[in-house]
Amino acid sequence: MSAPTVAIERVETRPKSQRVPVIVLIALILIAPWIVYPVFLMKALCFALFACAFNLLLGYAGLLSFGHALFFGAAGYFSAYAAKIWGWPPELAILGAALTAAALGLIVGAVAIRRQGIYFAMITLALAQMFYFFCLRAPFTGGEDGIQGVPRGRLFGFLELGRHPITMYYFVSVIFVLGFALLHRTIHSPFGQVLTAIRENEPRAISLGYKTNHYKLIAFVISAGISGLAGGTKALVFQLASLTDVHWGTSGEVILMTLIGGMGTVFGPIAGAVFLTTLENYLSQLGSWVTVTEGAIFVVCVLAFRRGMFGELSRLLKRPL
Amino acid sequence: MVLAVPIQALFGQLLIGLINGSFYALLSLGLAIIFGLLNVVNFAHGALYMLGAFVAWFLSEKAGIGYWGAMVVAPLAVGIFGAIVERLFLRRLSGLDPLYGLLLTFGLALILQGVFSNWFGSSGMPYEMPARLQGGRALPFMFLPNYRIWVIGVSLIICFGTWAVTERTRLGSWLRAATENAALVSAFGINVPRMITITYALGVALAALAGVLAAPIYRVSPLMGADLIIVVFAVVVIGGMGSILGSIVTGFSLGILEGLTKVFYPEASNTVIFVVMAIVLLVRPAGLFGKQA
Repeated sequence: MSAPTVAIERVETRPKSQRVPVIVLIALILIAPWIVYPVFLMKALCFALFACAFNLLLGYAGLLSFGHALFFGAAGYFSAYAAKIWGWPPELAILGAALTAAALGLIVGAVAIRRQGIYFAMITLALAQMFYFFCLRAPFTGGEDGIQGVPRGRLFGFLELGRHPITMYYFVSVIFVLGFALLHRTIHSPFGQVLTAIRENEPRAISLGYKTNHYKLIAFVISAGISGLAGGTKALVFQLASLTDVHWGTSGEVILMTLIGGMGTVFGPIAGAVFLTTLENYLSQLGSWVTVTEGAIFVVCVLAFRRGMFGELSRLLKRPL
Repeated sequence: MVLAVPIQALFGQLLIGLINGSFYALLSLGLAIIFGLLNVVNFAHGALYMLGAFVAWFLSEKAGIGYWGAMVVAPLAVGIFGAIVERLFLRRLSGLDPLYGLLLTFGLALILQGVFSNWFGSSGMPYEMPARLQGGRALPFMFLPNYRIWVIGVSLIICFGTWAVTERTRLGSWLRAATENAALVSAFGINVPRMITITYALGVALAALAGVLAAPIYRVSPLMGADLIIVVFAVVVIGGMGSILGSIVTGFSLGILEGLTKVFYPEASNTVIFVVMAIVLLVRPAGLFGKQA
């Protein structure tokens, strides 16, 4: 039974075909800080990792979580609190943040996967809103002010991250590449293949003997954990953890990034995140018009651009991206 | 004194709970009707509720049309707007994964809320209560404002009226039949696309009516529907979207529960509905009134 399955995987995933885009991506990450403002790049990288983690659920498992800000924001609070109050070094603060987010993912996922499709989206949204109210009231989040003035600290005890933005940038890009590699590995593993099978036809996957709920829950925990990795890093970059990151607006943004870049593509969410952070950067003086623009992009994408940038590109090039 | 809580506070919060419940019921009712026929979870419902309140405010500021006129004009205007939205956008998504409908209406909600935030800021404006409904009556244990009774009454009448229409009239039987099998209903010569437009328009008109009812109680503000819609989603998950009666009962009872929580454990009043949702999902995943999948 197992031999033909392996053969099919080789045909479908073709890990070699992505060597070129991965090299291009890493080269871009290395060169970018000499061309673009590093703080902006760090923000883009954090959101790119967040969108990639989100895409594991939406693009590969077919689960639309409307509450991913919960993991992103909770991890931000954790790393900010650990770095500022407990004086943890940055690597431990971020690791702890990712683990916290994964643990929250286990709880939220266990509740949410009890319903499918549209209900799953509403449940995750509702649970994230509950968490938002919790953060608004909880004593350790600083309420409306958030946790401000978080020290970036010394990496492994000797590398000062606060002094040069470039040092911080390369630290953030290493985290990004590690997170991305983990997601890439997950997507192209047999586990990822089962996720795709669940997305395409869950009853059939069940009839083949897969415990689809276990797979969905594990995918949810991985996605939450890596979202936490991104959120925890972002809190150290901006030295701030605030309510914005747990608000439903952030959940909406990460959906939009994935949708615009191409859900179910490996590189699309990165492009979507860079696009949307750039857009926000340019429109930031215009206040609520950012929201209007985002809404309009949602409408256009859903009506006419459902494959997204990399979905269309991979169709043109006839290779998976 | 009940459990060391003053009776005025208890009844006061119960009343506020009933008011909130009225809005939950009206909004989840519209969501349920729309979802039944279009298979779309209308994320724009909160924004259209806000739009209804704003139409009422515009009418009184610019045209001198008061509350009673707004009760008619606002649902009509928002209903027409909804019909246009359905024709232009939602129609193109039929046959696709329902998630796209959720995302499209989420985008619409962002546009509406963003545009109104630009015009009016986020603080909001007051809307005057109609003279005939001002004041209240003093009961031995509490003060009962007339307007609150009016809101609860109107909401109950609309809810049961909608229920009666869907269960007892010919139009309602078409609606229920099309929800089950649209292709078959259209084979009987019923214009299903037009029915879908009308249904969406009616659903969002209910949201606009709720907005007009809410305008004198809460301030008319661009984000008044944004957080409300998430609570209503939780209500819908608890009740199950399959049944109209279910969404009415769930809406009112969760409103009351929220009010009671405000008395006995105020810290949890914002979250109690979400906690109930999680518990219901663990015990009875299909929702209290939903069909077991």
